[in-house]
Amino acid sequence: MSNEVAEDIQPAGSPPPVVDQGAPRRAETRAETRAETPGNTVTMSMQQALNRALTETLEENPKTLVFGEDVGRLGGVFRITDGLQQKFGADRVFDTPLAESGILGMSVGLAMAGWHSIPEVQFDGFAYPATNQIISQIGRMNYRSRGTMPMPITLRVPSFGGIRAPEHHGESLEALFAHVPGLKVVSPSSPHEAYHQLKYAATRPDPVMFMEPKSRYWQKGTVDLDNAGTRTGAAVVREGKHATLVAWGAMVSRCLQVAELAAEDGVELEVLDMRWLKPIDASALAASVSRTRRAVVVHEAPRTSGLGAEVASTVTEQCFKTLKAPVERVTGFDVPYPSGDLEDEYIPNIDRILFGVQRVLEYRRG
Amino acid sequence: MNFSNETLKELYRLMVSVRHVDQAAVSWQRQGLLPAYAPELGQEAAQVGSGYVVDTSRDFVFPTYREMGVARAMGVDMVEYMSTHKATWHGGMYNPVETRLAPIQAVVGGSVLHAVGWAHGARLNGPDDDGTYPVAMTYFGDGASSQGDVHEAMNFAAVMAAPVVFFVQNNGWAISVPTERQVAGGSVAARAAGYGMESVQVDGDDVVAVAEATSRAFEHARAGKGPMVVEAMTYRRGPHSTSDDPGRYRTLDQERDDAGEDPVTRLRKRLEADGVADEPFFTRAVEDAKAEAEQIRAGIEALGSRPGSEMFEYVFQESTPALHEQARQWREESEHV
Repeated sequence: MSNEVAEDIQPAGSPPPVVDQGAPRRAETRAETRAETPGNTVTMSMQQALNRALTETLEENPKTLVFGEDVGRLGGVFRITDGLQQKFGADRVFDTPLAESGILGMSVGLAMAGWHSIPEVQFDGFAYPATNQIISQIGRMNYRSRGTMPMPITLRVPSFGGIRAPEHHGESLEALFAHVPGLKVVSPSSPHEAYHQLKYAATRPDPVMFMEPKSRYWQKGTVDLDNAGTRTGAAVVREGKHATLVAWGAMVSRCLQVAELAAEDGVELEVLDMRWLKPIDASALAASVSRTRRAVVVHEAPRTSGLGAEVASTVTEQCFKTLKAPVERVTGFDVPYPSGDLEDEYIPNIDRILFGVQRVLEYRRG
Repeated sequence: MNFSNETLKELYRLMVSVRHVDQAAVSWQRQGLLPAYAPELGQEAAQVGSGYVVDTSRDFVFPTYREMGVARAMGVDMVEYMSTHKATWHGGMYNPVETRLAPIQAVVGGSVLHAVGWAHGARLNGPDDDGTYPVAMTYFGDGASSQGDVHEAMNFAAVMAAPVVFFVQNNGWAISVPTERQVAGGSVAARAAGYGMESVQVDGDDVVAVAEATSRAFEHARAGKGPMVVEAMTYRRGPHSTSDDPGRYRTLDQERDDAGEDPVTRLRKRLEADGVADEPFFTRAVEDAKAEAEQIRAGIEALGSRPGSEMFEYVFQESTPALHEQARQWREESEHV
């Protein structure tokens, strides 16, 4: 896993593309992939991995539907659903009117009629108008109906920042969703994870908020198509003994980058990709931090009541006796997500993560 | 729909039953048996007339929290329905899949979109053997018509030609706010034109008119012609809920003037005038309704509370380690094992 990381990192200082230019034209999408090697390992971007997962899901389960704004003819603004409508028809893959509450509210009724919906909200911040349906309906219908009306809904949310996008296009909603009873939350960090986690989520009987790190859509990595590995819980993506970096989504590759740099100074950092943010994998956190005895949690979301607090609390409960330092949080700030010019100041960067590592390493009691 | 004399008598029996159970439920709340109740006094014709035309072998209904008359007309077990007001379980104890009645919905306008999704899913499933589609009927009121979700639902349904019947009970009041302060233009049905959707406004206190209009809307939707709005103009004769005090926003004189003739009395007069039913029939209907209310009361008293473990049991189909742990801790620290 860690071998692919070095080339998986965006060069520092190179500005990510703006939204409209970020999505490649259809011909380019097709040209890139399909370099399948004997071990059935493929090199592809996360966009391609997600597209492939959706294709296979639609093939394997005739009761699945893909819909949302511009996901049909256009293939989605990020081209994640590229070509799906052509392949599966406008009944299975369709454009909805431009209303997120409508999209999610409709998913509830579709679930009652026996369909597994895989809707897309075009950008993270566009989920806000749908929160009433997500929180008051999707999260509760299984409960309200005493288990007779499951909500197999896999909501794809292009998430987090890093692409110089307009306002409400760089939000981190994981703590909001994780706080809602009845919802599950997952965020893939790599093409391999994206492919397998989406296929897995799309077969679950419960609602899953699938948070795709949009800044990673165009980064390539190897996907082992046949070997998913464990699909639930967290995964150690780099082993180390001095401290554990805990991250998810786009911050995983950044933490791996930090670990590379720290290794040059003889500091061996473990990197734990949380993957599932609800349910959170308490035993994986405990296993890692009980070895390293120090933890730094990194996320893009604002700090206050972010999932970093949940991680810190879990680690404290599980590893209190052996912890060498309080759990550090390196996070976004408690400010509205800033304009593109300032987003590199907001998103945890390598220096800030290294400072966090330094603080847990240098912490002395009393 | 064939409104034979027997059908008219059945509608009357249903309305009398609903009237008595509704009034009994208010008493049960006053007596402490129910924590709260949302009466539907005056809306018997709108609810029975519309609920009666549902084909529970294929259609699906999405209620609010004030659809006891619909549930009764659909044959839902009244104790299981009332369990929501008994605070046994929010959605009610009835099985929504088997009864074809979605769980009771507390969010105003919350389930209107669900009907659209269900109907679209039914359309994707393909027509039934007779070449027509199952229909989703969603209930909401003049207050809910202000919600954005209702607009989104109507627009989605019209764009997708989903077999939905939007059944609006315009009962004059959204708690304390009258329709003229709620519905610009005065009619929800009139809005349908903007969506290119057919609609009908009907005297919601005339059970036959309601049943006819709803039946036509179902035929329209079944035929694949898309959604339709039925707006039943009625009057909420009682309070919004047993916690409400209408004296703060309307006078008894206004209530009398605005309510019009009682819908149960109207049907009775019609049956008398047409020689369809006689005094023994009317007496019997009331006796049956009273006996039914007593049975329901006994059923509610026997309900008991659900075990606390059900709090954890129904959150997910596939539960989580955290929930298991919380349930374990609750069992350990609770008296209610």
